[in-house]
Amino acid sequence: MLNVYDILETIRMIQDECLDIRTITMGISLLDCIDPDIDKACEKVYSKITSKAKNLVSVGEQIEKEYGIPIIHKRISVTPIAMLVAACKGSDPVKFALTLQKAADACGVNFIGGYSALVQKGFSAGDLELINSIPEALSVTSNLCSSINIGSSKAGINMDAVKLMGEIVKKSAEVTADRQCIGPAKLVVFCNAPEDNPFMAGAFHGVGEPDCVINVGVSGPGVVRAALVKYPDASIDEIADIIKKTAFKITRMGQLVGSRASKMLDVPFGIVDLSLAPTPAVGDSVAHILEAIGLECCGTHGTTAALALLNDAVKKGGVMASSHVGGLSGAFIPVSEDAGMIDAAMNGTLHIEKLEAMTAVCSVGLDMIVVPGDITAATISAIIADEAAIGMVNNKTTAVRLIPAIGKKEGDILEFGGLLGSGPVMSINTKSPAQFINRGGRIPAPMHSIKN
Amino acid sequence: MKAVITVIGKDNVGILHKVSGICAEYHANVIEVTQSVLQDMFAMIMLVDISDINADFSQIVDKMNALGDKLGLSIHTMHEDIFNSMHNI
Repeated sequence: MLNVYDILETIRMIQDECLDIRTITMGISLLDCIDPDIDKACEKVYSKITSKAKNLVSVGEQIEKEYGIPIIHKRISVTPIAMLVAACKGSDPVKFALTLQKAADACGVNFIGGYSALVQKGFSAGDLELINSIPEALSVTSNLCSSINIGSSKAGINMDAVKLMGEIVKKSAEVTADRQCIGPAKLVVFCNAPEDNPFMAGAFHGVGEPDCVINVGVSGPGVVRAALVKYPDASIDEIADIIKKTAFKITRMGQLVGSRASKMLDVPFGIVDLSLAPTPAVGDSVAHILEAIGLECCGTHGTTAALALLNDAVKKGGVMASSHVGGLSGAFIPVSEDAGMIDAAMNGTLHIEKLEAMTAVCSVGLDMIVVPGDITAATISAIIADEAAIGMVNNKTTAVRLIPAIGKKEGDILEFGGLLGSGPVMSINTKSPAQFINRGGRIPAPMHSIKN
Repeated sequence: MKAVITVIGKDNVGILHKVSGICAEYHANVIEVTQSVLQDMFAMIMLVDISDINADFSQIVDKMNALGDKLGLSIHTMHEDIFNSMHNI
């Protein structure tokens, strides 16, 4: 039975507290598009994506109207393109990038992800070609996202790939320096990358996935914050309960939208990613939740503990609300995409070292952090290695999305616009890790990887 | 299949008439109405049956939104499933 309080609560969540579905992401396998002739492969890729996803945007818009809930993005993720590149020796992988962009334009989606390679244990055919083409691919496209998995709890960390990715991140920023260094904002370096993640820039369609699938990413930091501010004197146990109840409601909505989309598109429903994904809009910030829990400013002592509580409660509340949970699931802590994080970084409370500690207990990793343009490739690699080590040892997904602000220094600001927001250049440690990074090789997997 | 229509805003002559008029136009049967006027604020929640509507549900949503814009009211027209799934286990 419907009651008035529930109806008004839902409407308030949507209207005043920025509740939305962040994304409906269609995962499409491109394994049947592999061809030794790259032009033929591109043709197959374009026709498969545009036939599978032709109704994705219109169905998304119809569901928005039916339920009165905004669906911010419609996206596509595809099989890691390195697997297609493997078959066409000597061809330029950027052709695939341009094809994916053309397909994204034709379908009207906001992002297309999967310009990816999985190299946690080493490079196979196509991987190096794809990685080396990333700076150009991200520069000549606008909606394409790229991700590279360089480590896992099972395989260890591929330090050759870590070294290379430091250089690629820097180069991606250099070639897009005239466009606020937007290149690396669309590039994620993962440890333990999930195969069913609907969120960008790290989404790709894993090889264990079905031919086509619908995954949904929910949002709703504003709703959690609004629920918490009503209870300034509640104990931590009560805070955890409030978060769980709110996460349940948010996730149920994701489940409803996902199953409806799956039915309308006649595509199997994969997972709901129970994430608290912030946007730069006021009232949609994860940092502000931590402040509502009782911190004067995000980044101060106590932030890691508050985030651990939040992350865990979101999962516990959400998991019962959905038939299948997957992706990244937890609280995201991107800096440039979160009004509270931006403020905390600007006023000097939030530093990259604290963010690193927070990534041990949040859903992903060091995300959308703007660093000085004169950062060395070795330092970027070392930051990637640190983050991958946290993921590898703790059996969790971690990732790095750093944006070197070419020609800018600490205190300056990069403006990306849209969901990517804007970020102040944050200070980094400048002592050299070059010798460590230049050694190459692979960090062995931790003892607890041997579970068989 | 049912939908929930909520109307909130400054009280005026004929709000109920105009909203229910759109329902009638599309053959959506009004099942239940709760309404209150506090000082000059009007708040109404209407439950309507949309099983036999003669157009796409999104057309009703558009029409209600247009009415809300015209009268300066906040009108939400939503399928009941969203409330059922969010608030019931």
